[in-house]
Amino acid sequence: MNFEAVKAIYIFEMSRFFRTLMQSFISPVISTSLYFVVFGTAIGSRIDSVEGISYGAFIVPGLIMLSVMTQATANASFGIYFPKFMGTIYELLSAPVSFLEIVIGYVGAAATKALFIGVVIFVTAHFFVELPVAHPLAMVAFLLLTCLSFALLGFIIGIWAQNFEQLQLIPLLVITPLVFLGGSFYSVSMLPPVWQTVTMFNPVVYLISGFRWAFFGTADVPIAVSLLAIALFTGACLVVIWWILKTGYRIKS
Amino acid sequence: MASILSVSDVNKVFEGGFEALKSVSLEIEEGEILALLGPNGAGKTTLISIICGMVNPTGGTVRVGGHDIIADFREARRLIGLVPQEINLEPFERVLNTVRFSRGLFGKRRDDAKLEAILRQLSLWDKKNARIKELSGGMKRRVLIAKALSHEPRILFLDEPTAGVDVELRKDMWQIVRQLKKDGVTIILTTHYIEEAEAIADRVGVISKGEILLIKEKAALMAQMGRKELEIDLDAALDAVPDALAHHALTLGEGGRSLIYSYDTAAARTGITTLLGEVAKAGLVTRDVSTRQSSLEDIFVGLVEDAK
Repeated sequence: MNFEAVKAIYIFEMSRFFRTLMQSFISPVISTSLYFVVFGTAIGSRIDSVEGISYGAFIVPGLIMLSVMTQATANASFGIYFPKFMGTIYELLSAPVSFLEIVIGYVGAAATKALFIGVVIFVTAHFFVELPVAHPLAMVAFLLLTCLSFALLGFIIGIWAQNFEQLQLIPLLVITPLVFLGGSFYSVSMLPPVWQTVTMFNPVVYLISGFRWAFFGTADVPIAVSLLAIALFTGACLVVIWWILKTGYRIKS
Repeated sequence: MASILSVSDVNKVFEGGFEALKSVSLEIEEGEILALLGPNGAGKTTLISIICGMVNPTGGTVRVGGHDIIADFREARRLIGLVPQEINLEPFERVLNTVRFSRGLFGKRRDDAKLEAILRQLSLWDKKNARIKELSGGMKRRVLIAKALSHEPRILFLDEPTAGVDVELRKDMWQIVRQLKKDGVTIILTTHYIEEAEAIADRVGVISKGEILLIKEKAALMAQMGRKELEIDLDAALDAVPDALAHHALTLGEGGRSLIYSYDTAAARTGITTLLGEVAKAGLVTRDVSTRQSSLEDIFVGLVEDAK
């Protein structure tokens, strides 16, 4: 294992993040505050509680997941796409590093950035609502797994994308709608029965439900199913990455 | 001298069937400078890309310092530094950071003293904290060299190092290459500029349409393939080559004021003595005599033309 290379990639990627630290820090704080103002105060004031939890607190796990998923995907996809776009990928390909080490470096950095943003939102939320955490270990585990799995997905998108439009395509057309419709702002039990069935095909439902369980001890789906869902998703991403490694897809001719 | 790079029977067929390399074999000795000459699309960059691990060969083997580039890719790649043809750098990065990144990528521990020495050698130390986008084109090329040298490679590939670079900077670059050779680095450069190969290479390889046409010591190549021309300036202009001299295959120079004789320097007899005697016998008055060696460029053009 070339640890120095993994460290070099990780530090190089993180330095990009620290260069724009204020933007990285301020934008999730502002967007979270806006969500609280709009959903928590304006709309939430008309909703007493959801499953016994104040609406303001109820949306926090969904908000964290929304940001973490989109940030992990965006950071990882950009991280590996940018060297392809700039041509600097020649250095990665000619260095004594394995594909696995490249993945660890880029995915690790993207997951760290997403985790940082998740923590910022978590802390910001405390200024607006009272937020209990029923299962802290489970909360951390869900958060870490989500950062990791969506960073893996982002890495795959970054390898696949051949232009900036394609880089945006999946996050905009697939991830954002799935996250919004995945129960970020509502409980699945609030939907009509037909839509409750339909929504079960949305994998994000299981992630948000599991994460919410870690906070409040209540969930739309059993916690074991949520864990299985995130394990399957991570596994699927790893299989695709293994295939990219074997075939050199869109990296090596 | 020991061979540090051994390429045997390497071929590359790209998707779509284009055969970029056809059974290429070559041996590079440690410490030498090899210039690989060839027209656009000859396969120079493909060959370098295969050796450096960016393109998979369709067949054949490459060994760097005795290590196979696929089975033992880590050891092989640790020995290689690559300066690509395009200026591929992240514009917002700072010089020292990007060079430090390269060193880490090649598995070397951070060593700022070593990097300082490299940056000073390339006159980049003053710019260590500058962002890449603030540098001139020449400086960016130096950064690419610094990145390639950051892990102290034993072989350096320079893919068209002076393409689009002004004359002064080109000579600067040659100086850097000579210094690296003194430090014991083996250098393989591809170039369009014959002048470049002539100025700095120990050996010259000519590649065209995916085939190595020849690899020779530069001096031996010039001696073996170089033809020389003898120009005899005359006192009076001629309308045509006199019949008495017709068997010498002479041509008339500009304005008929000189006779040009082409001969092979490697031949046992050049025929110069006989020719000069017959010129005098024919009643022509000689004012001056000069010779001119054909350049590497003439040889290169000749070889590529023959291969067509």
